Amino acid sequence: MKSLSRTTRKNLVTYAIVVVAFAVLQTMVLTGTISNSLRGQLIPICAYVIMAVSLNLTVGILGELSLGHAGFMSLGAFAGALFTKCMETAIPVTWLRFLLALAIGAAVAGMAGVLIGIPVLRLRGDYLAIVTLAFGEIIKNLLNAVYLGRDSRGFHFSMKDTIALGLEEDGEVLIKGAQGITGTSKDATFVWGFLLVMFTLFVVLNLVHSRTGRAIMSIRDNRIAAESVGINVTKYKMIAFALSAALAGMAGVLYAHNISPLTASKFDYNTSILILVFVVLGGIGSIRGSIIAAALLTVLPEMLRGFDDYRMLVYAIVLIAMMIFNQSPKLVAWRERTFGRRAKGAKVRKGGA
Amino acid sequence: MEFLSYLVNGLSLGSVYAIIALGYTMVYGIAKMLNFAHGDVIMVGGYIVFVFMNQLGVSAIASVAAAMVVCTVLGVAIERVAYLPLRGAPSLAVLITAIGVSYFLQNMALLIWGSTPMSFSSIVSMEPLQLAGGRLVITGEALVTIGVSVVIMAALTLFINRTRLGRAMLAVSEDKGAAQLMGINVNATISLTFAIGSALAAVAGALLCSSYPILQPTTGAMPGIKAFVAAVFGGIGSVPGAMVGGVLLGIIEILSKAYISTQLADAIVFAVLIVVLLVKPTGLLGKKINEKV
Repeated sequence: MKSLSRTTRKNLVTYAIVVVAFAVLQTMVLTGTISNSLRGQLIPICAYVIMAVSLNLTVGILGELSLGHAGFMSLGAFAGALFTKCMETAIPVTWLRFLLALAIGAAVAGMAGVLIGIPVLRLRGDYLAIVTLAFGEIIKNLLNAVYLGRDSRGFHFSMKDTIALGLEEDGEVLIKGAQGITGTSKDATFVWGFLLVMFTLFVVLNLVHSRTGRAIMSIRDNRIAAESVGINVTKYKMIAFALSAALAGMAGVLYAHNISPLTASKFDYNTSILILVFVVLGGIGSIRGSIIAAALLTVLPEMLRGFDDYRMLVYAIVLIAMMIFNQSPKLVAWRERTFGRRAKGAKVRKGGA
Repeated sequence: MEFLSYLVNGLSLGSVYAIIALGYTMVYGIAKMLNFAHGDVIMVGGYIVFVFMNQLGVSAIASVAAAMVVCTVLGVAIERVAYLPLRGAPSLAVLITAIGVSYFLQNMALLIWGSTPMSFSSIVSMEPLQLAGGRLVITGEALVTIGVSVVIMAALTLFINRTRLGRAMLAVSEDKGAAQLMGINVNATISLTFAIGSALAAVAGALLCSSYPILQPTTGAMPGIKAFVAAVFGGIGSVPGAMVGGVLLGIIEILSKAYISTQLADAIVFAVLIVVLLVKPTGLLGKKINEKV
């Protein structure tokens, strides 16, 4: 272990946490000791972990606040689910079909990331945040209005209703407006979820510690200085933003192959904000923190079932209290004064002995 | 004629957005924070008016006054408890806290009033105005909403530009440190801003629920977001910008609902915002930010 660098060791610990968590949960699933509510949450947890890690790429590594991350998730989810529905008979091999669905979902969301990134990344700070929120809502509204059907003559598209599609007798409605996509084959499994989390970690951790990652972080820390040493700001911002979108799309595909019906309203700005909460509570820029926060906070409301009516209230109070406790300049200074000095004192005593 | 009646409806909705947007923009200008909980203060205002008017049988004006008092206290309390400790903290931390406050208010309302939507009876008891031989009908709600917002905007503009307290607010939003050196109590000024914003939110809640009479814990969320968009649209931090942005946004929303698509109206509103920001990155009336190296 000593020959490994500090970052490699840190990354290995992150991977190890995920592997151990997976091993424990999978054993529980196989031996049947897992509770039903937790069992149903396993795949959503994986999807939210990927969402949190990918949003951390935008918020923590690139340093731009995005309030529309769920929009990319929904694009991936719809693209992937649509592919699976169309190819259900053409590709009977489940794993291959799901793998292709993942690739398509990620590609669609990634392309949307590039298209949206062109206007969005020109803006700064709060303006950028509100525009990402606007794009998220636009995606939701558009997907809510889409009707798509298929019959022997091919595909039919409408923004009005199912009748406007003009389907033949043998036709099938694939996307039904606000009711979304129903009956997607449940191809997602916990093992797939685990593999995708590992893949996301691999991509993001390697990116962060690469030349590209350092360029992205230099833009976050000082854009003007980065520009003056010859870093192409637009290019690196775009890489981070589009990659974050593509990973979110992948999480969407995973999510979509676990629920039915899949509706666009599930991916509104509340979902975007929920994921942002995971990232901030886990620690901005800390990948490991995002994983832990996303997993715990997805399970937490379920575990607070005992409180029932009060659980969301408790959640809100915990959120406010934690932000004040961790971030208040006065409290931070006070903590440093009391605990910092004690730590120093201990060191001195140790040296004396 | 049809167009005119849509325009009046748009103007009325836009006036409500403008009143809400004023709360966002003033708080942003002075505390440099996005107060995500502002939309939920509107909802609380709506419920208070409902309780006083429908359950206790108090007159409409007295109910609105009561809601203004409650929301003012609530707004100042939120600022003192949740935002004051975070002054000087990273803006993302303040944003998340504001989201926490928003969750808190929504769930508090859920506990107190339940999730069943309540039908709000209008605070306006005025006959609709019939013009052009009954072809153009303007509801009493629309007239009162537009009238009240004109009064509020005029009063607020006078207050900010002509009184000591108002100018103190301008000074604090310009430069907190310098304002403090000039003897302005910065914390009190920020509290005052929250108080005014929350009182306006109560009025907006009453007006909004009179025109769209469904009251539930999430009532404030979407108008809140829209008003926030309106504030950004007009240039966040600018008071006249919020008024212009709000009114324009309301008109765009109603017209696209009428002529293009009901479902896509929200998407169009957001698309307009994006186009405006691309052409004028700080909004219609926003100040240009000079970059310092």
